[in-house]
Amino acid sequence: MLRLPPFQLHNPTNLDDAAKMLADHGGKARLLAGGTDLLPNMKRRHQSAAALIGLRRVEGLRGIRDSGSGETAIGAMTTLTDIVRSELIHAKYPMLWRAVASISSPVLQSTGTIGGNLCLDTRCTYYNQNEEWRESISFCMKEEGQTCWVAPSSPRCWAISASDSAPVLSAIEAKVKLVSAGDGERIIAVRDLFNDDGIDYLKKRPDEVLTEVILPDPSAFKASHWKLRRRGSIDYSVLTVGAAAWFDGDKVQKLNIHLGAVNSYPAVPEKTCEFLIGKILDEETIAEAAGMSRQGSTPMDNTDFLARWRGQMVERYVSAALREIAGLDPGVKKPRHAM
Amino acid sequence: MPDQMLTATLRVNGEDRTVVFPSHHTLLEVLREELTLPGTKHGCELGECGTCTVLVDGDPVLSCLVLAGEMEGHEIETVEGLQINNELHPLQEAFADLGAAQCGYCTPGILMAAKALLRDEADPSKEQICDALAGNLCRCTGYHKIIQGVQWAASKMRGDATAPPREVFYGDPLPNGGRDE
Amino acid sequence: MSNRDIHRAGVDAPSKTDKQSGVPGKTREDQPFNLIGKPFRRVDGRAKVTGQTRFADDLTFPRMVHMRIRRSTVPHALIKSIDTSKAAGMPGVLGFVTGEEMPNTFGILPVSHDEHALCMDKVRFVGDPVVAVAALTEDQAYAACAAIEVEYEVLETIASVDEAVAVPEPRIHDYGDEGNLHKKVSMEFGDLDGGFEDADVIMEDTCYFEGNTHLPMEQHATVAVPEDDGRITVCSSTQTPHYLHRSLSKVLELPASRVRVIATPNGGGFGGKSDPFNHEIVAAKMALKLGRPVKIALTREEVFYCHRGRHPVHMHMRTGFKKDGSMTAQHLQTALDGGSYGSYGVASTYYTGALQTVTYKLPRYRFDSIRAFTNKPPCGPKRGHGTPQPRFGLEVHLDKAAHQLGIDPADIRLQNLVEPGTVTANYLKVGSIGLGKCIEAVVEGSGWRERYGKLPEGRGLGLACGSYLCGAGLPIYWNHMPQSGVQLQLDRSGCVAVFCGETEIGQGSDSVLAAVVAEILGIDLQDIRLCVGDTDLTPVDLGSYSSRVTLMVGNAARQAAERARDLIAKHVAEKLEIPARQIHFADRRVFDLENPDNGMTFAEAVVVAESKDGTLGTTGSYIPPRSPGRYRGSGVGPSPAYSYTAVVVEVEVDPTTGIYDVVHVWCAHDVGKCINPALVMGQIEGSIYMGLGEAMMEEQVFRRLPKKRSPALVHRHPSLLEYKSPTFNDMPPVTSYIIEDPDPNGPFGAKEVGQGPLLPVMPAVANAIFDAVGARVDQIPIAPHMVRAALDAKEKGKEPRFGPKPGFPDVDFGAPLKVLTPDEGGDGKAENQDEAKVRKGTGTMTERKDALKDGAWKESQRENKKGGN
Repeated sequence: MLRLPPFQLHNPTNLDDAAKMLADHGGKARLLAGGTDLLPNMKRRHQSAAALIGLRRVEGLRGIRDSGSGETAIGAMTTLTDIVRSELIHAKYPMLWRAVASISSPVLQSTGTIGGNLCLDTRCTYYNQNEEWRESISFCMKEEGQTCWVAPSSPRCWAISASDSAPVLSAIEAKVKLVSAGDGERIIAVRDLFNDDGIDYLKKRPDEVLTEVILPDPSAFKASHWKLRRRGSIDYSVLTVGAAAWFDGDKVQKLNIHLGAVNSYPAVPEKTCEFLIGKILDEETIAEAAGMSRQGSTPMDNTDFLARWRGQMVERYVSAALREIAGLDPGVKKPRHAM
Repeated sequence: MPDQMLTATLRVNGEDRTVVFPSHHTLLEVLREELTLPGTKHGCELGECGTCTVLVDGDPVLSCLVLAGEMEGHEIETVEGLQINNELHPLQEAFADLGAAQCGYCTPGILMAAKALLRDEADPSKEQICDALAGNLCRCTGYHKIIQGVQWAASKMRGDATAPPREVFYGDPLPNGGRDE
Repeated sequence: MSNRDIHRAGVDAPSKTDKQSGVPGKTREDQPFNLIGKPFRRVDGRAKVTGQTRFADDLTFPRMVHMRIRRSTVPHALIKSIDTSKAAGMPGVLGFVTGEEMPNTFGILPVSHDEHALCMDKVRFVGDPVVAVAALTEDQAYAACAAIEVEYEVLETIASVDEAVAVPEPRIHDYGDEGNLHKKVSMEFGDLDGGFEDADVIMEDTCYFEGNTHLPMEQHATVAVPEDDGRITVCSSTQTPHYLHRSLSKVLELPASRVRVIATPNGGGFGGKSDPFNHEIVAAKMALKLGRPVKIALTREEVFYCHRGRHPVHMHMRTGFKKDGSMTAQHLQTALDGGSYGSYGVASTYYTGALQTVTYKLPRYRFDSIRAFTNKPPCGPKRGHGTPQPRFGLEVHLDKAAHQLGIDPADIRLQNLVEPGTVTANYLKVGSIGLGKCIEAVVEGSGWRERYGKLPEGRGLGLACGSYLCGAGLPIYWNHMPQSGVQLQLDRSGCVAVFCGETEIGQGSDSVLAAVVAEILGIDLQDIRLCVGDTDLTPVDLGSYSSRVTLMVGNAARQAAERARDLIAKHVAEKLEIPARQIHFADRRVFDLENPDNGMTFAEAVVVAESKDGTLGTTGSYIPPRSPGRYRGSGVGPSPAYSYTAVVVEVEVDPTTGIYDVVHVWCAHDVGKCINPALVMGQIEGSIYMGLGEAMMEEQVFRRLPKKRSPALVHRHPSLLEYKSPTFNDMPPVTSYIIEDPDPNGPFGAKEVGQGPLLPVMPAVANAIFDAVGARVDQIPIAPHMVRAALDAKEKGKEPRFGPKPGFPDVDFGAPLKVLTPDEGGDGKAENQDEAKVRKGTGTMTERKDALKDGAWKESQRENKKGGN
């Protein structure tokens, strides 16, 4: 049986204690939200910690709140199952519901949390392996080694951002609240939470606790979420498209598209987004816009499926998302999971 | 440095059990090794197969991915707690009668995930069953007998005594009419 | 008991036929079955749904400690040094075992004993076992294992068949037919050139079948327990306790009588637990060394390294057809990537050619094959053992031929079916064949005649067939003893204890064994106690492989039960003063058929017999009938009976992406006779599931890093997440038709169902994709990008195909072994047995007579006596 390395476990009951414990450990402690990403990574010995600070018992971190002003707040420790069961989310943010419902499988959703999903470690088939396996490739740049084996002459790590919620939350301009013992709280846009780097992928500081996700008033935009993976369950995404459009009459006023799993952060196909501003979303316009969307994606041979084909699929899936927003048939086969 | 040892009273299958275990041990390890409940199996220990599914407060949870040290105050159920005295749970009856358990290794996890589904859905559709169990891999059955088993159990629990149709046990009737008998 | 008493099916054909719906007559033979043919709860059903079943990793013993194996992190290297000093000082560490402590080699086939329990001087793949450490807890064993330092001198690696052909040195093994080719086979049945001359059309195809693995949900686990007097008990998740028993005895240098193997219920096998494994032997060694029970439970990654799964096979096929679709000749060439050890590989090699002849008439046939050693985990037998790959090739090939000749793919098959009772060109004796009925069922059920070729773009139907053995005709090592034995002990309580070496791997073998005995003795399953898979207590059964259990165990159980029945009947008849043949056993009673009230309970009958005869016990055995083939290599392929399957698959393809779904599968399987139809259904559905996995996603594939930067050659994804196996959401609806064409060699006419239904699934998917979008993917698994690439080619006006480059590696096969076919007046012997350049002792599965002549039998006897080599 693959087991965890030893660590100290702390179960604080309030946020101040949790933030203080985190600061006191000076980078040697990690937050345990759901654990569905951290614990496998620790079992494989590519993430480590002298102490884990469990957030499960911290008061006030779990739950979905309608603020009344049109915004909705989701506590970081709200489980994915809580979100899937939430009528509020299903009715007001169906694209988020769809993204969350497609994460792994129900048996994992019951433990995984929205905060954890946003902070998900970047993934790579050279990295998400057992210790012995990684030893046999002399490890990789992301952990212990020197080389990024996906692109051996590259100076950077190309591990991919595989969070299902990040692209759609970025697209709809959701925000997160970060709390630390020293600086109190700050609020940043979800899209500003990420760096384009497989190693240093998160702008959240190690001493900060992500406490809340704030969703904007959904009446202002139309959004969509599409996901490509091999099987009808369990698999991480190998291509996610989160898209949201704001309209002025029938013309696009603003458009955000974020691509998951084809870069180290939820990348933006800028040309597509710019091209569509001021346009009506009809078949031809969408086809032309989708044709520009591969810029911004760098699919590599570090997850499932042939990388080149995944690149081709970016256009198809961006098109599907835009067509859905425009009320057209998405034009690609629906995935095998419930939508 | 010696392991940090925790003492906790876990409520498992309706019984309070006080156990001592290292803080880095998962619920899976503590169930199997400290509580001598090896009915919960494991297939990857990484959350990729669903084999170790147990119920925590009624929800299906991968016991390989939760720390036992976080489980105090929660209601834990394992396959050993499914039957009541010597009476099998309808899911157990249906699985045994249909051959929904072949090698039986994924069975405990699937039974628990199915129990959680039947708590929420008294009459689940095939799609609902598949979605609920989609995190539980089985390599033997091809899933059909499991789906039929869940449906049969659900009907028993609704008080409907009708057994599944004949083809579930005997194969589909030959298209040219009649069976090859 | 002499061999003459052994139940030889075919000579002593089953007496009873299924007359369930008929009117009961007055002879025992005419009575309806009590159990056979009816769905019943499997005997291990309750234990499996309550968590009571004890798998190997669920076992604990007083003072038990935990073991981990440090495995090679380099793909091919000499071991320079092993340093355990750092690990030795770590908490809880109790001891180590290294390779030099176990110098004897082992392996499943006597011709390829090429493994060491721990590598002696050389490692051959990432995952090869090097050194073992035991500690008080598994945590401690893990930490200590990671602290062991091994130094290697790296050697050049071989990653594929092509490389093995091109690079003979350095050799991965110092044996084998040539360089890095483990095995070379070439044989020709009949006048091949003449056959091609008779053809109107000659078709040529090249296909590739990627390797894949069994992926049982239970990771292999073993607990070894030292006993008094230097004995050892090894409890292990093995499909073949008898072969493990022999390997333990050989490597540990212990008489076989001091070694006990208990096969724990396997949490899935599919062929992946059929070899004796290094961890099983090392655990035993460690237990003997420490004098404490030792457990090793493999991680999922290690299970991928155990492997022994589907060989990657490159195939080239050339076939002559008449205009009417009949075949005149076929030349099949297969190249197997064997991985780093022999395993079952020699048999696998022959199996890629053996069963091409048992479905459609093939008058002349040539088969060439190579198996290469490569620096990857060893390949071996997975469900269908060696036959799914050429079956895929043949069924796709036939589909193409049907199109070229303008014949419906169903008809080209129906018109050329092998006749029941045929001896094929390669001397396989076929019994009952329900394939025609199978094809008719799926054709009708799927609406083939109305829908094939007529569905809208993106929708398609594909048809394919298959056949499989009901047990390998020959045992793995040469001997004259039964391949299956059953012993009954009848108690005056009315309970019957059944002892048999068979191994429950989930397929329901325990239930078959119990049902056969209960049927004949007219008692309930609840009256039966099973003791199985225990080499100390049970008569040998060779194991759960080659779909042999229902037929062989079933026949042995039947013989044992019939002997018990006759014994009891004799004494009860005397007591009732009626003829013994009038005595019937049913409803837990023994009674007069003429006057059913005149009788007694089964328990009372046992008392009558026991009072007369003393303690009651009987035995039953089974040896398969002898196959007509007498040429070198004819040992692979013969079976007492062959099962048949036809499958139609419907797919929906998105041509813009290449993504496709299988939306329905119709499957008809000729099982001869159902022992338990519910379990038959389970095997059909499970086979289709696994076949779809192979067709759509499963692959055991490897990465090599840039050679100038690293020698690494690693499994791409040894995990349940990245090795894709279908989930609940990926399984389509299945319509299953059970066809019963009883075979005289099967118990009650029963044939196998565990492997056969998998075979047609992969080609049926490929053929359906062609029907849907007019593009061919000539390889497995079929990924969306391949469909898209074939459509790209089509759009560019090129051949709408994705697949390997046409051709076959350049290998000199020399002169083939030439065998005249039965039609040409052949006697089953090769014309040039002596001249044909097939090296002796390098892995040919020789004919029994030759092996005995060569002294192999005496050798094995000596081995048994010495308890080692």
